[in-house]
Amino acid sequence: MLGALACLVLLLIGTMVAMVLYTAWPSFRSNGLAWFGAGAPNQGQLDDIFNSPANPAAYQYELRAWPMIWGTLLTTAGAVAVALTISLLSAIFIVEFAPPRIKRVLEPVVRLLAAVPSVVYGLVGVLVLVPFVGNLLVSERRKAEVQYVVQLTGDSLLVAVLILTFMITPIMVAIMVDALRAVPRSWMEGSAALGVNRWRTIWKIGVRAARPAIVAGVVLATARAIGEAIMLAMVSGSWFAPNPLDGFTFLVEPTRPLAASIVFYLEGRTVPPLGQTLAAIAAVLLISSLFLSLAGWAAKQPLKRYGIV
Amino acid sequence: MSVEAPNRALGNAGPTRPMESSATWPRADRVGLGLAWAAGMLLCVVAGAIVLYMLFRGLQYLSFELLVTRPEVANDQSRSGGFLDPIIGTLMLTVLGTIIAAPLGVAAAVWLSEYGRPSWLARLVESGIEVVAGTPSIVLAIFGLLIFSQPLFAFLSFTAEGNAVFGRSFLAAGAMISLIALPFVVGATREALNAIPSHVREASYALGKTKAATIRRVLLPAVRPGIGTGTALGMGRIAGDTAIPIALLGATLQLQAVDGPLGTLRGTGGTLTTYVYGNSPAGEGNAPEKAYAAAFVLLLVVVLLNFGVDLISRRRQVTSWTR
Repeated sequence: MLGALACLVLLLIGTMVAMVLYTAWPSFRSNGLAWFGAGAPNQGQLDDIFNSPANPAAYQYELRAWPMIWGTLLTTAGAVAVALTISLLSAIFIVEFAPPRIKRVLEPVVRLLAAVPSVVYGLVGVLVLVPFVGNLLVSERRKAEVQYVVQLTGDSLLVAVLILTFMITPIMVAIMVDALRAVPRSWMEGSAALGVNRWRTIWKIGVRAARPAIVAGVVLATARAIGEAIMLAMVSGSWFAPNPLDGFTFLVEPTRPLAASIVFYLEGRTVPPLGQTLAAIAAVLLISSLFLSLAGWAAKQPLKRYGIV
Repeated sequence: MSVEAPNRALGNAGPTRPMESSATWPRADRVGLGLAWAAGMLLCVVAGAIVLYMLFRGLQYLSFELLVTRPEVANDQSRSGGFLDPIIGTLMLTVLGTIIAAPLGVAAAVWLSEYGRPSWLARLVESGIEVVAGTPSIVLAIFGLLIFSQPLFAFLSFTAEGNAVFGRSFLAAGAMISLIALPFVVGATREALNAIPSHVREASYALGKTKAATIRRVLLPAVRPGIGTGTALGMGRIAGDTAIPIALLGATLQLQAVDGPLGTLRGTGGTLTTYVYGNSPAGEGNAPEKAYAAAFVLLLVVVLLNFGVDLISRRRQVTSWTR
C-alpha cells in the first residue's frame, strides 16, 4: 500500500516527461536540430508563432532558440562559478574558523538566503540594482555607442548573475558544510599532529575528502539556476545574445534565458503553436534538470557511507 | 621565542582547536584565511542588507488599510486598493499544498525507511524524489497547464463554452504546488526515522506489536517534530513560489469564484507573490510602493515559517533515546 503511494512519484515523473515531450514534438519536428541553432531574433519569431493563422496546416513554428539557450548558459555558468568560490570559502569558514558567536549568526543567515522568495530577490534587483547599473555604472557614451544594436537600460547579465549567485549559494553551502563536518576527525588530527597549520589541514584534507559533496553541490545548484524563471524575467531584460568580445559592455547587455521567456509568453499559450513552443522550451529545461538531478543524486551516493545526506 | 600555550582543546569533545596564531603561517595560507572570513562576512552583509532594506521599505509603505482592503483594477494608485485577496490566496494555496504534500510525503518516507523492498524500486523512488525536487517550478507549471486542461480534470476548474477546460484554479495550483513541498517533507521525515535507534523498534516487536502497529504507535509519534520541520520548510517554499501561481492560478487581482460547489477553490485568484510580480516594473501594475509592502508581508511570512523550524528543531533535541 505505502509502496504503491511512493510509486506515484515515478508515475508522475513518467507522465510529466511523456506529456511535455508529446506536446513539444510539433515544434521540434518542424525545426529539426536548427531549433537549437542561432538565427533571427527570438522576439519576432515568438510573436510570429503567436500570430499564426488559425488553420492548423498554416501554423508557424519557426524558432532558432540559441539566444535564449546562450542566455541560460551565461547566467548559469556565471552564477555557479562565483557561487562555488563564495560557498566553498564560507563553508570552510563556518566549519573551521568562525568563532561560535559568528557561527550562531551565519547558520540562520544561510537558511534565510535560501528561504527568501525569488520574487523578492527580483523586486530588489529591479528596483535597486537595475537603476544603479543603468544610471551610474553605464556611462552615456557607452549607451550611445551601441544604441542602434541594443538599449543598455541596466537590465543586464551582470545583475542577473549577481542575484542568482546569492540564490544558489545556500544550496552549495548546506551540502559542503555537512560534508566537511563529516570528515573523520582523526584525519584532521593526523595532519595537525604533523605540524600542518589549520588552513592547510582543512584545504588539503577536509576539502579533498569532501570532493563528492562539492560536485553534488555544484550539480544541484546548476539545476536550480537553469530553472530560475521569475527573478530572471524581472531583471535580465529583453532578448539579446551578449557578446563576450564587447568587453565591459558584455556584462551590462540584456539577455533573456529559456525559463524567463516562458513567463513572458505564458498568456499566449492558448494559441496552439505557441503552447507547443513553450512546451518545447520547458522540455529542454526538464530534460536538463532531470539529468542534473540524477547526476547530483549519484554524486551524493559516496557521501552516504559517512552518514551524510 | 615565546612558549606555546597549552593545547586546551585536547580531550574536549568538540573539534580540535589548537591555540595557534595565523601570524606565523605562510602568506598564501593567511590570504586563504582572510578570504574565508570575507566570504562569511559577505553572506551576513547580503542577508542583512536584504532584510533591513525590505524592513525599511515595508515600514515605509505598509499600512493597516492595505492589509484589509481588496485590490481593484485602477490606473490611479490611490484607488487600486490593498492586498487582502492575495493574502487569502497565499493562505489557501499554502494550506491546500500542505494538505496534499504532508500525508504523501510521510507515507513515502515511511515506506523508504521502514520497508524499502524491493530495493531497486526504493532507489528508483528515492532518485525520483530528487528529480521532483530539481524540476524547475516553471516546468511544473507548464506540465500543470497541460494536464489540468484535459477533460478528465474538468471538475477542478471551470469549463468554458465549447467544452474548453480552463485548467486554472486553486485546486489545480494546489495539486501542482504540493510537489514543491513534497521533497522537504520526505527528507525531514526520513532523517528523523533514521535517527531512531533500532532497539526502539525491537523493543516494540518484543512486546508483540506488529510492524504496522509499531510504525503507527511508536515511530510516527517520535518523528512528529521531523514531520513538522519538513512541513514548515515546504510551506515556506509554497508561499514563496511565483511561477506556479502565475500559470495555474490565473494571477488575477481578486479571488474569482465559479458557480457550483467549492466555488472559490475551483475559481482563480492571486497570491502575494503574483501580486508583487504584477506590481513590479516587470508586471502590468507598476506600483512599486504596493509591491514593496506586499513583499515585506511575504518575507515576514517566510521568515516566520523558518523561525518556526528553529523552535521545532530545538525542542527535538530534548527528547533523546537513551540506551
